[in-house]
Amino acid sequence: MKEENVIEAQGLTKTFGDFTAVNAISFEVKKGEIFGFLGANGAGKTTAMKMLIGISKPSSGEAKVAGFDVYSQTESIKKNIGYMSQKFALYDDLTVKENINFFGGIYGLSRAKIKEKMKQLIDELGLEHIADQLVGSLPLGWKQKLSFSVSLLHEPKIVFLDEPTGGVDPITRRQFWEMIYKSANEGTTIFVTTHYMDEAEYCDRVSIMVDGRIDALDTPKMLKKQFKVDNMNDVFLKLARG
Amino acid sequence: MSINVSNISKSYKKVKALKGITFDVKEGELFGLIGPDGAGKTTLFRILTTLLFSDEGEANVAGYDVVSDYKDIRQSVGYMPGRFSLYQDLTVEENLNFFATIFGTTIDENYDLIKDIYIQIEPFKKRRAGQLSGGMKQKLALSCALIHKPKVLFLDEPTTGVDPVSRKEFWDMLKRLQKKGITILVSTPYMDEAALCDRIALIQDGEILEIDSPTSIVHKFPKAIYNIGANNMYQLIQSLNNYEHLYSVYPFGEFVHYADKRPSFDITELVQYLDAQGLKNISIEPTQPNIEDTFMELAKK
Repeated sequence: MKEENVIEAQGLTKTFGDFTAVNAISFEVKKGEIFGFLGANGAGKTTAMKMLIGISKPSSGEAKVAGFDVYSQTESIKKNIGYMSQKFALYDDLTVKENINFFGGIYGLSRAKIKEKMKQLIDELGLEHIADQLVGSLPLGWKQKLSFSVSLLHEPKIVFLDEPTGGVDPITRRQFWEMIYKSANEGTTIFVTTHYMDEAEYCDRVSIMVDGRIDALDTPKMLKKQFKVDNMNDVFLKLARG
Repeated sequence: MSINVSNISKSYKKVKALKGITFDVKEGELFGLIGPDGAGKTTLFRILTTLLFSDEGEANVAGYDVVSDYKDIRQSVGYMPGRFSLYQDLTVEENLNFFATIFGTTIDENYDLIKDIYIQIEPFKKRRAGQLSGGMKQKLALSCALIHKPKVLFLDEPTTGVDPVSRKEFWDMLKRLQKKGITILVSTPYMDEAALCDRIALIQDGEILEIDSPTSIVHKFPKAIYNIGANNMYQLIQSLNNYEHLYSVYPFGEFVHYADKRPSFDITELVQYLDAQGLKNISIEPTQPNIEDTFMELAKK
């Protein structure tokens, strides 16, 4: 595995009976890269992502995530990645502080480290005034920003974001992306799925899955050039509709 | 008028979900409620479909009052709630039959209305609704909402979490339904879908920020907007945020949308500033504001 690659997948495949959900996908993601992972509903994104984060065993092919093998080193993968989705984020009936404490503990951080991270995170997000409030009472945008920060608590090499901004207002959505840029700038690799095609353009490179395959992979600029259109939405429509 | 909403307010304990909402939807209009989660869209839908009482204000749908004529409204409207609410353990066909029977009709009687949509899921009619993919569930839910030939259709975030291809197909279907004379009130958090409506209301925190046609709303943006690009997006945003003449900066695709405080300004001066910040491949081009720009501008106030 080359030093700068944080994900390397080679012919990664997953079948369920006769159905091939992920069909021999191959790609690399570099350190500090923002990698957009797109595809229609049912194209195989979630299945592929589950293999990469070590919770679903591939049927065939190879992949390494953060330097660890997706067959034999899944526990090490889980320790070295962050994960956030709209569906699983934080515990609504714990306070902001309790959530940070809880996830810090889960990731195996020392008490001193949790304390330090707690202060840093609350300062950065400007959450002092609501640190003791239940997370369930916060607006969605706040929850998503907090959830992203919590997924970075253990300083993972790579963080997987599964539709992190669904339903969020446009200003918060952009604040969220500024947080993503900041982390990537500090060297964290970002692997993100989204249905907002303007967000696809914020990525360094984008892959588009169609029927289990990766049918396109390049910078947004080159993809638009390749398909002779002027936005990612049209690239997506051209590819996914055939 | 097909829908009349006058000064509607609704609170849940401490939270004011709707604060004096007023708007009209004309007969046969495709009207969009555009706003993020928590704006009050679902509360408004529930009041208009007679599932919830407002605290204040009045509303009419298809000529009926939402409080006193609730039974007539229920016969005249179709409602597709945001959360999938069909019977998961009934098949596709059983669900559709169930809704037809409830409204005293049959699938055959109104088949022409749902044909376009239902034909796409008909091959799976023996499958349980719970086993359908997201796109198919959406089509079944729309078929069920249409089976009694409603005059007004309420769609609460029908495309949330749906990929761009299915979203486009869904909007094509709405346009066809509109041609058949059905009035449609649809909500969405996707600002790009706003452009597909006849008129839209931008809504946030229980208040309507603006009501107009999508093109008129865009024209209300008070500043000239520039697309700025450079080699490092993060640095670019940071640098512009520190620029003394900044009015607003937001990432939009591969560029940022920049507006300047001054009525007019020298582009080379800004290029020089960004260059001095260590940025490369700087490009600055005038561009048109879009609905998101306008929404963010109005939401700031």
